[in-house]
Amino acid sequence: MPGPASQPKVRVVTFRVDDQDLSAREDETLIEVCREHRIPIPSLCYLEGLSAWGGCRLCMVEIVGQPRLAAACSTRVVEGMEVHTDTERLRRYRRTLVELLFAERAHVCSVCVSNGHCELQTLAQRCGVDHMRMPRRAVSYPVDSSHEMFRVDHDRCILCTRCVRVCDEIEGAHTWDVMGRGSDCRVITDMAQPWAESETCTSCGKCVQVCPTGALVKQGTSVGEMVKDQHFLPILARRRHPR
Amino acid sequence: MSATPKLKVATAWLDGCSGCHMSLLDMDQRLIELSERIDIVYSPLVDAKVLPERVDVGILEGSISNADDLALARRFRAHCRVLVSLGDCAVNGNVPAMRNHFPLEQVLARAYRENVTLQPQLPERGVPALRQRVVPIHGEVTVDVFVPGCPPSAEAIWQVLVALLEGRDPDPSAFTRFGA
Amino acid sequence: MHLDDLAEQAATIRARDAETEHEIRVCMAASCQSSGSGQVLDALRAGVEPQTQSCRVKGVGCMGLCSAGPLVAVAAPGDTLNASRLYRDVAPTDAPAILDNLGNPEPIERLHCPTDQPFFTAQHRIVLEHSGRIDPDSLDDAIAVGGYSALVRALTELTPAEVLREVTSSGLRGRGGGGYPTGLKWSTVAKMPGGQKYVVCNADEGDPGAFMDRAVLESDPHRVIEGMAIAGYAVGASKGYVYVRAEYPLAVERLTNAIRKAKRAGFLGSQIADTQFGFEIELRLGAGAFVCGEETALMASIQGLRGQPRPRPPYPAEAGLWGCPTLINNVETFANIAPIVREGGDWFAALGTEGSKGTKVFALAGTIVNTGLIEVPMGTRLAHIIEVIGGGIPGGGRVKAVQTGGPSGGCIPRAHLDTPVDYDSLKGLGTIMGSGGMIVMDERSSMVDVARYFMEFCMTESCGKCVPCRTGTQQMHALLERIAAAEAGRAELALLEELCEVVQATSLCGLGQTAPNPVLSTLRYFRDEYESRLVD
Repeated sequence: MPGPASQPKVRVVTFRVDDQDLSAREDETLIEVCREHRIPIPSLCYLEGLSAWGGCRLCMVEIVGQPRLAAACSTRVVEGMEVHTDTERLRRYRRTLVELLFAERAHVCSVCVSNGHCELQTLAQRCGVDHMRMPRRAVSYPVDSSHEMFRVDHDRCILCTRCVRVCDEIEGAHTWDVMGRGSDCRVITDMAQPWAESETCTSCGKCVQVCPTGALVKQGTSVGEMVKDQHFLPILARRRHPR
Repeated sequence: MSATPKLKVATAWLDGCSGCHMSLLDMDQRLIELSERIDIVYSPLVDAKVLPERVDVGILEGSISNADDLALARRFRAHCRVLVSLGDCAVNGNVPAMRNHFPLEQVLARAYRENVTLQPQLPERGVPALRQRVVPIHGEVTVDVFVPGCPPSAEAIWQVLVALLEGRDPDPSAFTRFGA
Repeated sequence: MHLDDLAEQAATIRARDAETEHEIRVCMAASCQSSGSGQVLDALRAGVEPQTQSCRVKGVGCMGLCSAGPLVAVAAPGDTLNASRLYRDVAPTDAPAILDNLGNPEPIERLHCPTDQPFFTAQHRIVLEHSGRIDPDSLDDAIAVGGYSALVRALTELTPAEVLREVTSSGLRGRGGGGYPTGLKWSTVAKMPGGQKYVVCNADEGDPGAFMDRAVLESDPHRVIEGMAIAGYAVGASKGYVYVRAEYPLAVERLTNAIRKAKRAGFLGSQIADTQFGFEIELRLGAGAFVCGEETALMASIQGLRGQPRPRPPYPAEAGLWGCPTLINNVETFANIAPIVREGGDWFAALGTEGSKGTKVFALAGTIVNTGLIEVPMGTRLAHIIEVIGGGIPGGGRVKAVQTGGPSGGCIPRAHLDTPVDYDSLKGLGTIMGSGGMIVMDERSSMVDVARYFMEFCMTESCGKCVPCRTGTQQMHALLERIAAAEAGRAELALLEELCEVVQATSLCGLGQTAPNPVLSTLRYFRDEYESRLVD
């Protein structure tokens, strides 16, 4: 939606992140500001240009004076707030969350087309996850190779819904959605039909580019060959919502 | 070199492809340096066939898929002060564990009946029994150091061994990752 | 319509009812119906026709003592439940005996269920004051006991600000589990700029063993409608939704019927009581997802979206249904509104404890003599509820623990039964008030199994949106299975505790944040039961 004609007044607030004084517009979220200032906050569902989802919980930060942790992707900056993004406790939680993701589905990096270019894999290394303490869930999900250009492998899906959001918010097709509950959730095309039979899919491939793992990939790629390019997204988003 | 006693190292591969051991050999000239500081007392790479009573570092490649794997992993745990899971198969099951999506009976039938043209039959003698599920090493015995990678690079293995030699806690994530 | 007109109408109905000498009330709430009260009602009605004496047989709502159903009360019109002659475990074949005995000063001994026992006398009924007395399908019955008089009074004699003041001064806190101050919530929505606002009644009761909201909707639906309309007036909303689960067909039917009748009588619709205020209520049926009881998921579901929560803020009071300010309260909260407006906030605030005012409805379940629905003042000691009102453990056994708060709550051990039941005391014990489920367990219950049961519930009810709840509950359940089967060691127990911490701290909504509570509370009080099953 286009913004209103007359710009409403937005205040600029100052606050501290990891002992660094920062300023930002009060309608910005913590993760936006931290990304801008190269303060690394991990996230697998947040992507600049898409709406905040708040699903992966990796961007949890500590705010002084608040008993609960806050998700940086869905927390607006507030004047005078003091934020810690990298405490020992947060590091421990992030490690556990990454372990949980790896244990949920068959993330076998060695035979994945996204090996070496996968956000989950990179994050595991950055968080120091060198093994999973919990057993891998032995449930297998299908691969849909029906589309002539793309493929979806649910065994590698982490349900971040970036594909759902980019398809709805940027492409405007809303081909993707989520079905099911709990760990058996699955991203689906249209009414859970094979991708090739989707009447809404424009084959634009944005979903493939924003997918952080090897769940959505191009056909014909072999191990490690799937390199993704997400640069289009902030550019498109900025043109549509000028700030 | 110093007079400190050499570190006794044992290695073995369970259900793996031996790629991690190849990566170990990939250290090239550093192997010479290593040989001055460690003794490989038991390994597919050496002739010794008996695991000594006391071993400083045990390195296991591969996951636990059959009865023999389990027995060997347990012996390593009992004999080794520090146990290292080397490579993705040992660390998380990797490719061998992909059979966990299917019932064991189906896996055996596929391999020994459906895809066989001559005398299809299930092997019964002389081979260890497959376990229902493939598990990483730490699914059965306590593991001290995890070195992911498929295979972990020679550099990663080197860094882990050096850390152990120097009595430090190795930090494999600095050098390797899943699928590396 | 003025308050006087309504009072006159009520008096007329009461006078008409008083022409009947006897009123036979058959409980037609879900649990008595499931044990055959429908046939009992039919048999009594069939038996009345040839009788000459003046007698009216009617179906009513829940009388509370569900374990003794089907319940039949014989009373004079207008009598309270406790003043009536109550019969328990009534079969259709008992109908002639009950009818024959109508004028007899002595009750039928084999069916008699004395109402002077503590289960009835030790209760304090506000929410349930008319439950079991009136026919939930009859608007006349509701009006006769003062139904809609609070609404008409609010509209004709009070300003919205005055209504807000009464609700705030009553100290009422949300009955859905969180205990958020109702007056504060209402004021927030009221202060939002004008335009479209909504009132939502959360009737998506889903805790295992809890059926308070169902009983209220099945027994006295007009009271909930009245509460919602008063809320609409106070906050400036013209539209309300009741989100009720489709697994409550009887509640849905009676609510639908009640909304229709209220609208026809002018208590809903435009220009209620000849004022400028208009209010409509629509029903939305939930398809059985527990998470839809979470307010943001509930709103998504009402809007026709996938029922899953979203991060707060913005809170519904600021941006709720279709982005408009929305007031969400639970059934029991709305059911408390009419009495508060009628009697005043101070009257309500005099009941209960310092931090928890009024009464609370509980569903007593588990190993206890009197299972059913009770209403007691806040601050009543747990022991009093269980031993006196509930009648204790059948066969005289010992209470081991009481589970409150459903899958978000915890177990209170025997040693703490002296605790007064209020929001803060229960929180201090590591559990929550929740919506009012209270499951009593005796010495034979395994606390590991209890934790495992609730974890399985949370696992299957997780919407799948956030990682810790989706995968954490599943791993915690697997660990609990292994501990229960004596296959796990010390490391696994440590991992379970670690996962509890992570899931609690990082989950997106209340379902995940509280999912570890049953484990944490049983670990806190019954750690030995876990440790005795470890193998190492």
